Amino acid sequence: MLGYYLNLALRTLRRNVILTSLIIAAVGVGIGAYMTVLTVLIAMSGDPIPDKSDRLFVPQIDVWGPNTRPKGDTGEVRLPPQFTYRDVTAFMQAHLAPRQAAMYPVGLDVTPPKGIPFSQGGRATYRDFFAMFEVPFKSGAAWSVKDETDRADVVVLGKTLAARLFPHSSAVGQTVSLGGRPYRVTGVLDAWSPTPRFYDVINGNAFADVEDFFIPFTTAIGHQMQTNGNYNCAVLPPSGWAGRLSGECIWFGFWAELPNAAAVRHYKQYLINYSAEQQRLGRFHWPPLVQLNNVHQWLALMHVIPDEVRVNSLLAFGFLTVCLVNAVGLMLARFSARASEFGVRRALGATRSDIFLQCLTETAVVGVLGGILGLALTALGLAANRASLGYLAQYVGGLMRLDPQVMALTVALAVGATLCSGLYPTWRATRVQPALQLKAQ
Amino acid sequence: MEIVPILSALRRNKVGAILVALQIALTLAVVANGMSIIQGHLAAMGRPSGIDEADIFTLQNHWVGEPEDLHESIEADLAALRNTPGVQDAEATNSYPLRGGGWGWGIRLKPDQTNGGATSTTLYFNDTHGLDAMGLKLVAGRWFSASEIQVMRVDDQKATPSAVLTAALAKKLFPKGDAVGQVIYMVTNAPVRVIGVVERAQTPWPAQGFGDEFAEYSTFLPLQFVANQMSYLVRARPGQLAAVMHAAPDRLYAVTRQRVIDQLMPFSETRTRAYQIQKSESWLLGTVCGLLLAITGFGTVGLTMYWVAQRRRQIGLRRALGARRIDILRYFHTENLLVAGTGAVLGVLGGLGANLWMATHMGTHRMSWVYIGIGALIVLVLCQLAVLWPAYRAASTPPSLATRGL
Repeated sequence: MLGYYLNLALRTLRRNVILTSLIIAAVGVGIGAYMTVLTVLIAMSGDPIPDKSDRLFVPQIDVWGPNTRPKGDTGEVRLPPQFTYRDVTAFMQAHLAPRQAAMYPVGLDVTPPKGIPFSQGGRATYRDFFAMFEVPFKSGAAWSVKDETDRADVVVLGKTLAARLFPHSSAVGQTVSLGGRPYRVTGVLDAWSPTPRFYDVINGNAFADVEDFFIPFTTAIGHQMQTNGNYNCAVLPPSGWAGRLSGECIWFGFWAELPNAAAVRHYKQYLINYSAEQQRLGRFHWPPLVQLNNVHQWLALMHVIPDEVRVNSLLAFGFLTVCLVNAVGLMLARFSARASEFGVRRALGATRSDIFLQCLTETAVVGVLGGILGLALTALGLAANRASLGYLAQYVGGLMRLDPQVMALTVALAVGATLCSGLYPTWRATRVQPALQLKAQ
Repeated sequence: MEIVPILSALRRNKVGAILVALQIALTLAVVANGMSIIQGHLAAMGRPSGIDEADIFTLQNHWVGEPEDLHESIEADLAALRNTPGVQDAEATNSYPLRGGGWGWGIRLKPDQTNGGATSTTLYFNDTHGLDAMGLKLVAGRWFSASEIQVMRVDDQKATPSAVLTAALAKKLFPKGDAVGQVIYMVTNAPVRVIGVVERAQTPWPAQGFGDEFAEYSTFLPLQFVANQMSYLVRARPGQLAAVMHAAPDRLYAVTRQRVIDQLMPFSETRTRAYQIQKSESWLLGTVCGLLLAITGFGTVGLTMYWVAQRRRQIGLRRALGARRIDILRYFHTENLLVAGTGAVLGVLGGLGANLWMATHMGTHRMSWVYIGIGALIVLVLCQLAVLWPAYRAASTPPSLATRGL
């Protein structure tokens, strides 16, 4: 029976071309616009490290006190999002998490064997970074603990930079000139692109690519490398590099892997004790205030998805609704125009549910066609959006891809939305009084 | 006159009328909010930065392996740039308008004021060349003289005796307009005297709209910033920008090759980048609004055509009883105005409500009545146009044809 309805549906499409194309266009344009925006929102809201996003934590302590700490939009308590050198080294030394890493972004010049120097962004961190964040290695490995204590000039290269510097040979064991100093390559990363770049959403774009090289934190501090990111002070630090390290300026990130709830409680208690001790020592003049956020909580707290994207998706949803209301009206017109046809079918013995099924099949066919149009328009919309982003496309262009899941979602959404909007017109069609229709013929 | 029969006819076709009104209301709410957001972006993008935008380009310089005397190296670079044919002036600075990154600080009017002080400002470090290199317009007092300039290295805290403010900042701090000669407190508790006021200089961060006051709260300090990561700002003589920009890297490489030159770009590109998101979003919203109006327009045409077709007999009957074409036309236009008008009123209320919600939850700007009023007018006119053709066709129906089946 369904095959017969399908056949009927395809025939009717050809009979009422203008009205049908208007319905398909309304559904397609609505779905296209909504999916263009939704694709970006979906990509931005993804879990960057699904295996352990609930086990990785960022601690926060109240370094600046109630007078100077940042304020939230509605006046809620916000703690400073980064750390001072003093606190971050204390956390590293306490070593209360099985894996932990302090970090900050650095910028260095790379001088290739041939050609002119170029600058690259990198990250100074501890070796736990790689294991904690499940960073894949292509060859070699992270530097050793001894390298960290010795402040050795060693480096882990990103896949792209390694290929650029050593196109014909393995980079591991080779020497790279960074900031005018020779560094020994201990490992080369494989492709790795967590989206968003959750481990640092404060310095630079949260959707930027992963850095091109990683060096030991202790080495970077030893060479007095400044941060390539934010450096915020509540009170003026003492002069010089020593002042940078001893002052109350925040410029470091810190992550800890805490395997279970007990470890989280334990760590939180440590943060409170630490803050209380700082108060006793006369450094903090306020009671302890601490927070411990996992990856999801942290990304939400740091507002990683820009308000613009949310506003856009709301507007696009409004747009889709208008298109669907439009489609309801047009479908109502389409079915009412065929009241006599339904009347004849009812008179010949078709039940109400037969008519209902026939109309629903037609609606589904329209929905599929609308979905295909929507898919094409989504692809077009994403390409246009990418083009309009100019230089920003290199950071967020990757979010504007149509993957199979989004494509399936697009068509499913189109069919679902069309069927929903077809319900009322279909119900109306089944209410046709056969006698009345036949009399009018 | 005709309203009562129209209303009773509408009552028989409730769902269709409700759908059209609903669609118009939603269209209006979305289009008005979209237009208001676009207008905010355009206002921000149109804000002048205060510098001679047409003739300025910038670059980021970084030496490979720190030179022995950074200050000397910077002076050598600047001399090379200033001696390039076609250059008006050049300077090295920590930041400049719309750069995207810079220094923020609090200004105090009393030495012991805490909690951020009177207001926050951005700090630009400039030597004697700053005024000419940026092409700023001095409106009161004077610019820095050579004796005031101090060298400032990274991690230094320098107390400068003098500062130049923008007019907007001077007015905020000293509303009476007597800023020159007054004392403010900045980095340390030593007094800083205001020696001059420039007409306008935007902060490094793009403005959110014309309402964003902080956008012009800039302070210039007589400091020669010395670091191994500097912005060079070069102002060419009128019409020479492209030639100077082309020559500049080679001039610098002639001083030493041990350097990395990044982000060499004319100021127009800096401006484009600063407002890239606003521009992209304006395009997106503009397209959505345009499509929405088109969909609503076509949808109304489609529905009206169907309604008219349904009432062909009624039209024929009225024509046979003496109604003129203009009466039929007027009937459908009045009907459409009633339905669309109801939708427009709902849309104005819904649009303002949505705007209020977004303003409190997402920090967008409040929309003025004017936009939604204009939006309502556009939608009403569009709907009248949409009904024009179907109504005209209906009015042309010969009475004999329409009443034949009766």
